Order: sequence, then C-alpha cells, then structure tokens
Amino acid sequence: MRKHPEHFRPIEYIIFSLATLAVMCLCVCVGSVSIPLSETVRVIWGALSGQAQTSGLTNSIILSVRLPRVFCVALSGSALSLAGAAMQGLLKNPLADGSTLGVSSGASLGAVLAIAFGVTIPGLPFSGTMFMAILFAFLSLLVILGLAYKLDYSLSTNTIILIGVIYSMFMSSLMSIVITFASDKIQSITFWTMGSLQNSSYKNAAILLAAFLLCGGMLFFHARELNAFAVGEDNARHVGVDVRRTKLTVLIMVSILIGVCVSVGGTISFVGLVTPHMVRMIVGPNHRRLLPASAFGGAVFLLLADLAARILLNPRELPIGVVTSLVGAVVFVFIFYQTRKG
Amino acid sequence: MLEVKELTVNYGSCTVVDRMSFHVSEGQWLMIVGPNGAGKSTVLSAVTQGVAYTGTVSLLGQDVKRISAAQRAREVGVLAQNHFVGYEFTVEEVVRLGRYAYSSKLFSGRKDEDEQAVEKALELTGMEALRDQSVLKLSGGELQRTFLAQVFAQNPKLLLLDEPTNHLDLVYQKQVFELIAQWVKQPGRAVVSVVHDLSLAKAFGSDALLMSRGGLVAEGSVDEVLRPEHLDPVYDMDVCAWMREMLSQWDDKEKEMAICQIPE
Repeated sequence: MRKHPEHFRPIEYIIFSLATLAVMCLCVCVGSVSIPLSETVRVIWGALSGQAQTSGLTNSIILSVRLPRVFCVALSGSALSLAGAAMQGLLKNPLADGSTLGVSSGASLGAVLAIAFGVTIPGLPFSGTMFMAILFAFLSLLVILGLAYKLDYSLSTNTIILIGVIYSMFMSSLMSIVITFASDKIQSITFWTMGSLQNSSYKNAAILLAAFLLCGGMLFFHARELNAFAVGEDNARHVGVDVRRTKLTVLIMVSILIGVCVSVGGTISFVGLVTPHMVRMIVGPNHRRLLPASAFGGAVFLLLADLAARILLNPRELPIGVVTSLVGAVVFVFIFYQTRKG
Repeated sequence: MLEVKELTVNYGSCTVVDRMSFHVSEGQWLMIVGPNGAGKSTVLSAVTQGVAYTGTVSLLGQDVKRISAAQRAREVGVLAQNHFVGYEFTVEEVVRLGRYAYSSKLFSGRKDEDEQAVEKALELTGMEALRDQSVLKLSGGELQRTFLAQVFAQNPKLLLLDEPTNHLDLVYQKQVFELIAQWVKQPGRAVVSVVHDLSLAKAFGSDALLMSRGGLVAEGSVDEVLRPEHLDPVYDMDVCAWMREMLSQWDDKEKEMAICQIPE
C-alpha cells in the first residue's frame, strides 16, 4: 500500500490551489460569451487596483455576473465536500452525505417555509431563509440519526440510507403541501428544489466564505478525532476522544455548512458524496489530508459542473443540481464498481 | 487501582448488571467469567463510560465520571473482540491513534516519546513489517495484534480485554495471551478480562469473578472461584467433567499417535 504523509504538505496546498485557480479562470472565461484570458486578467486586475472601467459589456459580464458566481460555486463546492467528508468519517460510512441522509432536503424545507411564510429576522432580511435552512438541517440530522440509532445501534450503511431516502420523501411531500398553500411563490420555491447559483452575488460569496472559514476551520480542528471515529466510535472513546462533544460539534458545523449552501444555491446533490470518495483514493483516509483535499476537490468538481450547466444547452442553462446528480450518480457507480472489483 | 461499588446497569426495564462490587489491585489479572448474557462485557463498558449506570467506578481513587476522556484513556486501555475499520488506514495510523490522549495541540508535531511508544508497540506485537499495510487487508489475528499495539502505545495502567481471542486461531490466542502476560508483569499494571474459555482463565488469571444474570456469584483467586460448587449451578452442567472429557480426547489421540509411530 502507498504510504501517505501525515499532513497535507505545503507543496500539495500549492498544487491544489493552482489547479483550483486554473479551473476558476476557465469558468470566468468560458460561457455564452467567451472572453480571452488576457482580457479577463486585465479586467480583474483593474478592479483590484481600483482602475475598473464602470462601463463595457466585458466588464459587466466578468465583475457582475461570472466572478461572484464562480466564487459562490467554488465555496459551495468546498463547503459541501467538506461536510460530506466529515460526515463519512464521523459515521464511518462512505455513503453518508447531506443528500443521502436527507439533511439537504430538510434544509430545503426550512428555506421553503421561510420563503412561503416570509420568515425574517428583524434587521437581517436575508437571514430568515438561511436561519431556517440551518435550523432544519440540524433538526433533520438529529431526527435521522436518532431514528437510525433506535433501529440499528451500529448505524449500518443500509439503515442510514434507507432512513435518508424515507426522510427525503417525507420532506418532499411536506414541501408539496407548502407549495399548495403558497402558489404565488412557486417560482422561488422551485429554485430551492433544483439548485442554482445563477443569481449569486458578492454578498452570498462573503456569507459562504464566513461559514466556510468558521465551520471548515472547526472541522479541520477535529481531523484527528474524525480519524478515530473513522476507525470506530468505540475505539474513539477508548483512545480518549470526548465522543459526545466531538459528535455534537461536527454535526452542528456540518448543518451550518449545508444550511448556508442550501440557502444560497438550493439543493445541490452528490458533491459531498462523490468528491471525498475520489479524493480519498488519491490522499488516503487520514482526515488531516482528506479534509483540505476534499475542500479543493469539491470546488473543482462544482465549478466544472456549473460550467457544464451553463454551456451544454447554451443559450439555455441547466440547474446545477441536475448536472451534479447526473455526473455524480455515474461517477459514484463507477467508483463503487471499481471498489467492489478490488 | 480499580474499585467498582454497587454498579447497576439497566437497558430499559431489564437489569443487565445488578449491584456489582469488586476491586482490582496492581499486578492482578482478573478474569470475569460466566455464561452468555451474564453482563460481563457491560461491566467493562461501564468502566469506559460506554453505558449509563448507577453506583461508582473509581480509577486510582478518582470517580471515572469526573475525569476527562483523555485522562481516562491514559489510565485504561481497551481491547475489544471485534474490529470493523471503516477505511483503508495503515497499521501504523491505527497504532498511532493510541497516542491521541497524550497530544494536546492541533497539528502538533510528532514527539519523541510518541514515536518511541509506537515503535515499541509495533515491535512487541510483531507488526513492524506490516506497518504500511492497510488494516482492511489483514487477517483476524493481525488485526487483533494491531489493536493490541494501539493499546500498548496508549501505555495505560489498566488493560480491559473483552474476549480478546474469541475469533483467533490457537497460534494467535497463545501469542496475544503471552504478550499480555508479559505486559502485566511490569510494575503498576493490572488486567481485567472477560473470557469464555475457563482453561485460559485458569492458566493466565490471578483472580476471578464469576457472574450470572447480572449478579456476582463468586470472587477470589482463580483456584477458589473456578470450583465445581460455583461453576456447576451457574452453567447448569458438570463443568469439570466436561473439561476432563475434552482433554481426555487428546490423551487417547496421543496414545494412538504413539502406537502408530512405534518403529518396527
């Protein structure tokens, strides 16, 4: 077996960062209107140095449309992938992810309720949807894991997936009921169910970045505990991990990450499932390496998925959630087949 | 070293362990024996805070409920009977987890004492050559030795073994028990193990505790506890007669072998 270093080395950070940056550049340049790389760099450099031209189509496309979108897509991909990797470690279950567990569906219901009934937090008009998405993501995790523990203490893959599927269906039917009562907001609600980062803004990117730094940082901080959980929960307790505190912390961080992503871009499936799988094959299962690599991998995966969503049926645009599900399902079957084959 | 007083564990309305009290001193190897469902493993789980209980469990004079998980791990190591590792960790990565309780800082560098403990544990258990091997590709015996190495790296004062050789062949059973017998000879150490094999209990234990239906039936030295008047009512059979009958199979076979090998 190939021996992996214990940490993610500085050279690996540099390589992964450059790869992510290259894909980000590609996503800014390519679209319904293709912009040369030199022009893109000139516009971004101009904006950074305070010499931006306020007019011009290229300027508007890059600075007002593509750049905020690329930031949001990259950060959503990183956050979802990180959440998936953390959940897979915590539950010692390679199929655990926000979408398979039904957490994303729960978060979507929270967001939909906020839209339908106009739930807001005084002084923070945008945060009502986000708060509800995070709250429902966390409550969903508690309900799903509570049910799974009751049925099967070992939290086996089959039990978790089965409960996740049932829970997702239950959430979908609740969403249908909400839509029935709020037919005037059906268009906004559909957005959450399909996933799209079309209307991303710098404000959204800033919120995603804050959530990523806070929750991602906390997850990195718990990398060794996640390693112990990935070997086994009992083993984690035996080697001295505060099992209850670690579990609660990781679940809260994961809920915030998924909740914020859902409130910004709707339900985007499979990123948290497929990316950590692929990354684990390259860097190994140690979470000190897996978590940073998953963050980069998730960004690249979602950026490419978003690019495909934009250009495949140009001038029409596919919802990003549809693309990740299509690609993710195929890649996942391939990985699963390869793993079984040995 | 370990003092358990009035330990009671309930699963719903069912009492699994009922007002158990015992203590373990330095140098002791306490064998907990009894039929299936007697509550033996639950007693060990209570010591490691794996189940809710009433009563007190004290470790080196401190209530285990009041000490941190890391401090508890520095005092108590546990070797379970089954291990289902989720991912392709290497043997060394699993053994290194045994040093978790000794590290305090995030991403702290490797300390010399951690390195020495890991190397020594790998050497003791004979797992050095397999240190880079995936634990998913190990045999049952190798996997058990990996986790034994993790416990050795943890360097605890008290070792709890839950049927540690249940699924191992004779070679590995012998290896694991001999390793632990060497380990407990060091000063300031003790072992508590749950075993089904009464011969192993007799051969390696210094003391024994016989349990039945969650309660304590007998305690004392191995020779005092593992006697027909205690064992027969608990197992509802003539235990000694059964053991002798099993051993006599070997006597007969040896005789047959000896006859076969007589030179012309």
